[in-house]
Amino acid sequence: MGAITVSGLGKAYKQYPTRWARLAEWLLPWSGPRHRAHWILQDIDFHIAAGEAVALIGINGAGKSTLLKLITGTTLPTVGSVATHGRVAALLELGLGFHPDFTGRQNVLMAGQLMGLDADRITTLMPEIEAFAGIGDYIDQPVRVYSSGMQMRLAFSVATCERPDILIVDEALAVGDVFFQQKCFDRIRGFTAAGTTLLFVSHSMGTVMNICDRALYIRQGRVAFDGAPRTAADRYQAELLGHAPVDAADEAACAPIPVAVSVSVPTEAPAAPPVDADRLRTSVALSGSDGSIVTAHADCVGAAFVDADGVALTNIGADQQVRLRIDYLAHRDLDDPHVGFKIRNRHGIVLFETNTYCMHQTPGPVSAGGVLSASFVFAMQLAPEEYTLTVGLGNGGYDEGNFREVLNYLHEVSAFMVLPDAAAIRWSGMTNLAPRLECATL
Amino acid sequence: MLRALWHSRGFIGGSVQRDFQARYRNTMLGAAWTVLNPLAMIVVYTVIFSQVMQSKLPGEVSRFGYSIYLCAGILSWGLFAEIVTRAQNMFIDNANLLKKANFPRICLPAIVASNALVNFAIIFGLFTVFLLVSGQFPGAVFALLLPLLVLEVALAIGLGLVLGVLNVFFRDVGQFFQIFIQFWFWLTPVVYPAAILPPALRDLLVFNPMAAVTGGFQDVLLHGRAPDWAGLLPATLCALALCVLGLRLFRKRAGEMVDEL
Repeated sequence: MGAITVSGLGKAYKQYPTRWARLAEWLLPWSGPRHRAHWILQDIDFHIAAGEAVALIGINGAGKSTLLKLITGTTLPTVGSVATHGRVAALLELGLGFHPDFTGRQNVLMAGQLMGLDADRITTLMPEIEAFAGIGDYIDQPVRVYSSGMQMRLAFSVATCERPDILIVDEALAVGDVFFQQKCFDRIRGFTAAGTTLLFVSHSMGTVMNICDRALYIRQGRVAFDGAPRTAADRYQAELLGHAPVDAADEAACAPIPVAVSVSVPTEAPAAPPVDADRLRTSVALSGSDGSIVTAHADCVGAAFVDADGVALTNIGADQQVRLRIDYLAHRDLDDPHVGFKIRNRHGIVLFETNTYCMHQTPGPVSAGGVLSASFVFAMQLAPEEYTLTVGLGNGGYDEGNFREVLNYLHEVSAFMVLPDAAAIRWSGMTNLAPRLECATL
Repeated sequence: MLRALWHSRGFIGGSVQRDFQARYRNTMLGAAWTVLNPLAMIVVYTVIFSQVMQSKLPGEVSRFGYSIYLCAGILSWGLFAEIVTRAQNMFIDNANLLKKANFPRICLPAIVASNALVNFAIIFGLFTVFLLVSGQFPGAVFALLLPLLVLEVALAIGLGLVLGVLNVFFRDVGQFFQIFIQFWFWLTPVVYPAAILPPALRDLLVFNPMAAVTGGFQDVLLHGRAPDWAGLLPATLCALALCVLGLRLFRKRAGEMVDEL
C-alpha cells in the first residue's frame, strides 16, 4: 500500500487555432487532427516505494501541479500510465473544491464523502477536524467569508483527518502562518513515520530538506533530476539564477538512487581561489533587481559565494565557513573605493551588512581598467532559509559609513539557500549563537 | 459504473440535501418555501383557471378538467426541463470540484436527476393531494405513471448528458438550447390540447418524444386510462439512443473535459 508507479507519462493539451477547428475535428474525424498538442509533461518515469517522502521541485510552469493532478486522477494522461495503491488524499492548490456558499461544516462533510468516508465516520471525526483547523466559530460560516489561510487550514484538516496511504500536497501549506505550518509538518512527519507515502510540492528548499528523502526536479515538463534533495535543490537554484546546466537532462538518465541528506560542515574557510583579472575584465557586468544603481564609473563583474576552485555556490550548509567574493572593474581612477554587502531574508529584513570602510580597511586606490576583488570570509551562522545578496561599491568613505559617491549598488543581485546542518544543535531564531554549555548540578 | 454510483451514494445523497439547504438558506421560513412555492403554482393552475377563468377543455364536462390537464402537462414538462437545463451546465458549474477532487464523474448527472426528482415528488405529492380532495383521483391506473416517469427521466438525462458534455467544449450549445427549449414547450401540447392542432401539424407530433410523455400523464390523470403504449415507442427508442450517445460521449470526453474547464 502506498506505492506510486508512473511510466511513460505524458500530458498534452489540445490547442485549436479557432473554435470552429474543434467542431470540424469532431464532425469530420476522418479529415485528421486540426489541433496542435501542447506538451506539459513528457516521458515521466519513476517509482515511489511505500513510505517514501518525495518532493517535487521546479520553477512555476514546469509541470509539477499537472503531474500531481495526474497522480491524483483528476486529470487523465495523454500517454502512459499512473498506478497508485491505497487511499490517496490530495490537497491540490487551495481548498478541496469547497463550495463557497456552504458552511465549513457542510464542506467538511462533502469533502469527506468525496474521499469515501461515510457520514457517521465524518461526524465522529468532526471535533478533531475542527480542533486541528482552529478556525473557531467560522466553521459554521459560509466558506466564501474565509481567508485563504482559513480555507487551507480546513482543507488540510479534512484531507488528513485519517491517515491516507498516499498524501499529495501541492504548495497549499505556503499560505498558512508559521505555527499552523509547523502543526501540519508535525502531522505529515507522523504520517510518513507510520508508512504514508508523501508527494510534496514546495518552493521552500528548507522544508524539502527537512521532510523529504528524495526529490524530483521537474524542468520543462521532464524529470531533470531524481535523487538527493540537496542536489535537486542545487539544480533548481541554478535554474532560478538563470544558468541551468545544459547537461542536466542527460545526467538524469543516470540519476543516482536516493541517498540521505548529509551536509558536511567544513570548519576551515575555503582556500582563496586565484583571481583571473583578465577574465574579469571581459566579463559581463552583473545587474540587480529594481532599486539598483549602475554608473559608468565601475561595473560589478562578480558577486558570489565561491569554493576553493572559484565555483559559485548557491546552497550553503548552515554554520559552514564561506568566502564571499565581490569583483569590480573600475572604469576611472578611484582614490578610496570601498566594497560592501548585505544579506536579507525573504521578508526583506537585513540580517547583516557591512563594508570595507566600516571594517576599517582601505582596499584602494584603483586606477582606470583595474580590478578590485574583495573576499569576505565568515561562518554562515544563519537559520536555514533563502536569502538574497546585495552588493555595492562606494568611493570616499566618511563619518559612520557614508560615501561621497555610490558607484555601483546591485540590489538583490542573487539568492542563496542556507541548508540545515544535520549535525548541529537544534535552534530557532535568525542566527546561531552557538552557545557553549557549562552546567553544574548542585 | 453502477458500482461507482452505489459506492458514492453518500456523496450523492449529501449533495442533494445540501442543494436543498442552500436554496432556502438565509430565509426565515426555511423549508416551508419548498412547499409554498409549488403550492402557489398548483393553486394558480387549478383555482384560477377553473374558477376564475372558467377555462374548459372541448368535450370535457368536469369543472377541474382543464386544470388537471394543465397540471399533468406542466409538472411532467417541468421535471424534464429541470433535468435537461441543469444537466447541460452540471460540468461547467462544478468545474472547481472536477479539477480538485477525484470522484466518479457519473455522480453529477445522478445528483441532477435526484434533485429534480425530489422537487417533482414534492409538487406532485401536493397535486395528488388535490386530486384526492377534489375527488378526481384516477384510481389504480395512477401506478402506470411510474414507467412513464422512468422513461421521462431516461429521456431527460440522456439528452442532458449529451448537452452537458457538448456545452463544455462548445458553450454555444447551452445558449442555443435555452432558446430551443422555449419553442419545444410550445410545440408540445401542454397548455393546449393536441386536438386543436390542424391534422398536418398533429401528425408531426410523433417526432416530439415529449408530446407522447406528457400525453401519457394527461391520459392517466385526466381520463383515468392507460397511456398509449404504442405511441410511446418512438420516445422510448429516442431515450435509449440518447442515453447510449450521452454515455459514449461522456466516456470518450470525460478526460478532455477537465482540461477544458
